[in-house]
Amino acid sequence: MAQFEVTLAGFGGQGIMTAGQLLAYTGIEEKKQVVWLPSYGPEMRGGTAYCTVVISDTRIGSPIINNPTAACVFNRPSFDKFSPRVKPGGLLLVNSSLIDVTTDRTDITELLIPANKIALDAGNARVANIVILGAFIGASKIVSYEKTVEVIRSKLGRKKEMLDINLNVLEKGFKLALDIMKKAGKKEKA
Amino acid sequence: MPKILMKGNEAIAEAALRAGATNYFCYPITPQTEVAEYLARRMPEVGGVFLQAESEVAVGNILFGAAATGKRVFTSSSSPGISLMQEAISYIAGAQLPCVIVNIMRGGPGLGGILPAQSDYFQAVKGGGHGDYRLLVLAPSSIQEAVDLTMLSFYLADKYRNPVMVIGDGMIGQMMEPVEFPENYKEPPLPPKDWACTGAKDREPHIIKSLFLDPIALEENSLILHRKYEQMKTEEVRCELYKTSPKNKILIVSYGTMARICQTAIDELEAEGISVGLFRPISLFPYPEKELYTEVVRKNIEKVLVIEMSIGQMVEDVERIVKGARPIQFFGRTGGVVPSPEEAKEQIKLLLKKETIAKPRKKKKA
Amino acid sequence: MEDTKTIFTRPTALKETVTHYCPGCTHGVIHRLVAEVLDELDLRERTLGVAPVGCSVFAYNYINTDFLEAPHGRAPALATGFKRLRPDMIVFTYQGDGDLASIGMGEIVHSANRGEKFTVIFVNNGIYGMTGGQMAPTTLEGQVTTTSPRGRNVADVGMPIRVCELLASLATPAYLERVAVHTPQNIIRAKRAVRKAFTCQVENRCFSLVEFLSTCPTNWGLTPAESKKWVEERTMKYFPLGCYKDPDKEVKG
Repeated sequence: MAQFEVTLAGFGGQGIMTAGQLLAYTGIEEKKQVVWLPSYGPEMRGGTAYCTVVISDTRIGSPIINNPTAACVFNRPSFDKFSPRVKPGGLLLVNSSLIDVTTDRTDITELLIPANKIALDAGNARVANIVILGAFIGASKIVSYEKTVEVIRSKLGRKKEMLDINLNVLEKGFKLALDIMKKAGKKEKA
Repeated sequence: MPKILMKGNEAIAEAALRAGATNYFCYPITPQTEVAEYLARRMPEVGGVFLQAESEVAVGNILFGAAATGKRVFTSSSSPGISLMQEAISYIAGAQLPCVIVNIMRGGPGLGGILPAQSDYFQAVKGGGHGDYRLLVLAPSSIQEAVDLTMLSFYLADKYRNPVMVIGDGMIGQMMEPVEFPENYKEPPLPPKDWACTGAKDREPHIIKSLFLDPIALEENSLILHRKYEQMKTEEVRCELYKTSPKNKILIVSYGTMARICQTAIDELEAEGISVGLFRPISLFPYPEKELYTEVVRKNIEKVLVIEMSIGQMVEDVERIVKGARPIQFFGRTGGVVPSPEEAKEQIKLLLKKETIAKPRKKKKA
Repeated sequence: MEDTKTIFTRPTALKETVTHYCPGCTHGVIHRLVAEVLDELDLRERTLGVAPVGCSVFAYNYINTDFLEAPHGRAPALATGFKRLRPDMIVFTYQGDGDLASIGMGEIVHSANRGEKFTVIFVNNGIYGMTGGQMAPTTLEGQVTTTSPRGRNVADVGMPIRVCELLASLATPAYLERVAVHTPQNIIRAKRAVRKAFTCQVENRCFSLVEFLSTCPTNWGLTPAESKKWVEERTMKYFPLGCYKDPDKEVKG
């Protein structure tokens, strides 16, 4: 890996910024260079929030990434905006609880993650962001699962009950993505 | 100390505290408000002074009064707020007081927008307010550099008894990167602040002023300032070269976040077999004039490309310094539009093909 | 000569300077009152003055303390910055009515409202003196100035601003008093007010402001004697003397 970029996008309040920051923290823990750049423009007031995280082994140039290696989209407007922008060969993680369409692109890997449903089943609708984070790590392998758990423990560990839910859904998202990637891999070979 | 992930605005705030600047005055404005919010929380922990004032006009003047104590003082704002502070900044420079002003620039003119821009270059570098004065201006391109330059700025302000401005576009304020704060931060020795107002006990009163009705006296004050700026030009020039090489035909000149975007363009072009170098001024005043000229007149350099997040401001300094030795091209986006690495690459390729900005061809009449 | 003793001297807080103020102008009296109080309370060696823009920009040539010279109207902002960093020092601003009630209205109102612990010496002569007699926010109705040659027209520019009354409307505790210096009795009362204002600061109690009804014979086009009469008959009618806010009375409420 030289450099990996991921854009996370959704409604304000879906924990987009937090998920991006957790990923950036994990990158630092793994001794990588990271940049986290939020959208802070007019969109913020309009309800759509997004951030881009760049993780690299070497010094990071532009913090502005128009075509990221991956996108995690949490709602339909974000799907429309960012799914065409993912680099060929990249990843698109779709929160299928809120997005009922899929991409017609064949040059990227699309993962449908029912993040809100998984979160609700685990007991808190607000942890959908952590579901997607887990899925992203499973699909991209850009940082290790173990380090992410460590970061979540240190950053979100204030309330034991919430921490347990967060770690639970992180694992669910992670495993779901591993499964999807495995099947996709088999399909490719077949 | 381990690296921590920090937002630029918060890192700048913390850096100032670490440099001993525990006196901060502010008025909210996007995209730098996190500096104020961070310090509102943090200042009581370090026993410093935090005050949100009624306007940037007041902030500039509170800074002026506070600077007269000899303690380290600073403020932060964004473009329209910095415009409102220009009155006080001119007085502070005229009265020779040290202070630090952080400008996290947004698009203008007027109320403009809140997205990143570099459109306050003229204002920062050429004076800003009235009279013959300059600010020492530093432009970081990463959060770590923002930390380092912010800490340095307080030393330089004290060294020259002159306001120092740290300028970054909105991205410098908003993005997060890992930063490390120096342990046991030390500065070179500074002269005692025997000019500060501390009460006229066992000495004549100190009068800190910028009024000199006698033109000869006023000229002398301006000459004192001028000599400081000349000293800055020999002692405080800072710049960075990136992938400059004797075989390069094009030299890019860019600063701040824009320079990083150019770096990405340069890296990607390198992968395509095209070698281009970057000259990045870190001190915008004093501008690294000799250093730039040396790079520009290298044998193979055919053209200079200045890229800014403005409609063309620093390019005027580059033209002044290059003095026609090489042709200079400019590319810029403004108003909060940030040129992408792809756009920068396209501009470089156009130059290499000698397809400079297309001139409208005269149509032959049929 | 053994029976003689000194009963009147220059306060140590006043420098030996030839005055640049016009004959009949009461800036000199007000400077002296400030200096006497600084001497009596033994504050001179830990005091900072902030000079305005206007005739009294040169206050630092007379008053023997450290001084800052502020941009027009911003003295309260400078005083805020200084005093916040040096609460152990005594800080006063010396401002005219153009400086305080026109260009500096924002700074004075917010400083008062924050309850900044400095003292304001507000000199209200109803006109811009230094620039040669233009209309001020405190110029009386019908009063002729170079920019109101037919007299202040309140239908056009509104009524004169009463600073003490305006600041008294703020809920934050303060000491606000309006005084005059056109007669010996008034000078004695005025000095009492200055003393009280500085005492409020020494005791770290509240913002304090003393408004002086002053004269400008040169730009009023009157003799010094006529100017004093003008204060008595005209200025004081619109700007009543008295205490507008007292921390002793406020605290109990």
